[in-house]
Amino acid sequence: MAASLIRTSARTALRAGASATPKAAGVAGLTFARGKATLPDLAYDYGALEPSISGKIMELHHKNHHQTYVNSYNTAIEQLQEAVAKEDITTQINLKPLINFHGGGHINHTLFWENLAPKSQGGGEPPSGALAKAIDESFGSLGEFQSKMNAALAGIQGSGWAWLVKDKQTGNIGIKTYANQDPVVGQFQPLLGIDAWEHAYYLQYQNRKAEYFSAIWDVINWKAVEKRFS
Amino acid sequence: MATTFSLPPLPYAYDALEPVICKQIMEIHHQKHHQTYITNLNAALSAQSTALAANNIPQLINLQQKIKFNGGGHINHSLFWKNLAPHASPETNIDQAAPVLKAAIEAQYGSVEKFKEAFGATLLGLQGSGWGWLVANGPGGKLEIVSTKDQDPVTDKVPVFGVDMWEHAYYLQYFNNKASYVEGIWKVLNWRTAEDRFKNGVEGSALLKL
Repeated sequence: MAASLIRTSARTALRAGASATPKAAGVAGLTFARGKATLPDLAYDYGALEPSISGKIMELHHKNHHQTYVNSYNTAIEQLQEAVAKEDITTQINLKPLINFHGGGHINHTLFWENLAPKSQGGGEPPSGALAKAIDESFGSLGEFQSKMNAALAGIQGSGWAWLVKDKQTGNIGIKTYANQDPVVGQFQPLLGIDAWEHAYYLQYQNRKAEYFSAIWDVINWKAVEKRFS
Repeated sequence: MATTFSLPPLPYAYDALEPVICKQIMEIHHQKHHQTYITNLNAALSAQSTALAANNIPQLINLQQKIKFNGGGHINHSLFWKNLAPHASPETNIDQAAPVLKAAIEAQYGSVEKFKEAFGATLLGLQGSGWGWLVANGPGGKLEIVSTKDQDPVTDKVPVFGVDMWEHAYYLQYFNNKASYVEGIWKVLNWRTAEDRFKNGVEGSALLKL
């Protein structure tokens, strides 16, 4: 993941000229400007997901938390590039957890913003087509899937994410949880992610996280999930 | 019958740690978060009793992580409340409250300031939920700064004091600015408790007493 991000960033750097405006690029919608990861714009206003997620949460989550992952990822990548230039393997290995955490944080949040939408933009409208069929086949119904996803979210011990993923080997879909900011990579492809870090809900729901997990389905952008699935 | 644990009262008022930790955080943290660990620990221990009587080994294994997480949450919070003290109380003065521990910190880290810097760096370096601890290798033993993830408790060393770095410990007041929380925590650290644990250790049974 780190290597491919660096390659993407180097490529983007080559053609980064007049415009440094963040644009959606690649599957994950990650944005780069002048070789640096940048904070992607939200496709909706901070208050647009209310009452499921308050505007204050969205603003802090996007402008502060996500930005910090972007900044720290860029710092780690700069250090990595120096270490590569010096052929310093120890430092390269030492940077791995930082790249996983901050790069993971950047990837996860980018995917998360995209798989949310205000009700006025289709948020909460159930999936259709091949994805709807796959969910019915794997879980029985959308409702069954949602309760299993909510149980997975509630079972996370500490910070982390729950994802609907597609197994690249079998094509099957399933629910997986990931600790902290570990991103969905390797055998699995991320389809739909829900942030279970306390910062994602605490200002509005405090310790009543089950209410957050239940309310978020009203603002899930199933169109974005369908796009990832196909 | 499995032992049933109950929420110990705080040794100070909910607003006693202001302005470092606000009343609302303390109330939710103690009455809701800590209580939930206890409720889930009791449920897991009761299920364990049943599984043990039935020789149900898969179920016993299945319960281990629940006991570790919720038992750890109960231990960690019980230790935490007690190693905090009201703002500006005599307990927060290291010179008077912890002369022996202070000397050990200075001998090992050069100065209390340098120790605080190192401890703060460990707290801010945590990726995800967890705790930072000053531990001693036995009563009066060598000191070490460690971090533990989620609710993993310190079980093989003496926990001199711990700082909760779960977002629920500071978010309502500090939001993403956790550095300010870490900076402020020293103003409500109970050095008298720390001194006592450093000199005498913490018995297993005393871990959960306030």
